[in-house]
Amino acid sequence: MNFKMSVVVRTVADIMIIPIIVFGIYLILHGHLTPGGGFQGGAVIASATALLIVAWGTLKDNKDDFSTMESTGLTMFFLLALLGIIMGFSLFYNSLAGTGGIFGGTVSGINPGYINTGGTVPLMNIVVGLEVVAALSLILYMMAKRSDALEVEE
Amino acid sequence: MLYYILQVLVLIGLVSTAVAVIWFKDLISAAIALGASSLILALQFYLLRAPDVAIAEAAVGAALTTAILIFAIKSTDRTEGYK
Repeated sequence: MNFKMSVVVRTVADIMIIPIIVFGIYLILHGHLTPGGGFQGGAVIASATALLIVAWGTLKDNKDDFSTMESTGLTMFFLLALLGIIMGFSLFYNSLAGTGGIFGGTVSGINPGYINTGGTVPLMNIVVGLEVVAALSLILYMMAKRSDALEVEE
Repeated sequence: MLYYILQVLVLIGLVSTAVAVIWFKDLISAAIALGASSLILALQFYLLRAPDVAIAEAAVGAALTTAILIFAIKSTDRTEGYK
């Protein structure tokens, strides 16, 4: 995809990625309260990348950034899983729930769903979202670049 | 009653888009029809009270798969069949 589409398509794509990314961040941050989570929000944000690549042609070469982001997300996920062992419990134990601080609030009874709860679950949603955004954007970028290379050969 | 009417409409849309995917000889039209089929399938997941799966199906099936298929079609032939 080494050609730009018309200025109408490019402007609409530039405007539309803002609500798409905000909705994806909403899905990731409310993953422990409402339907959604790390994978769904990450896929929604990656569709904004697809929109940009279709409208603007191939983006600049940021393959290493995506790769670093993906590795960081997976490493942080495993470190959060190990945090249970470090705190003296088992693997994947939710050791931050109810301890205060960020995402450590407590709830009681019927409540509307407070975002400051959940312990390690929202943190895992955030790092999984980071990883999914990077991985799907990397797949889209590599597919677009490869189709460029094949087009030049012909 | 409205629920059953919606179910029948979703079934008709799902079958007709799936037939259209096979019927089109232009592969980009087939990819767009596959995206529409995914979107109707996401509506069906929502009606069956699985909004979690519906979000994943709409994001992956309608947006990302269509984009990847179109990139792949652009680097190969656009029409179906051997030359």
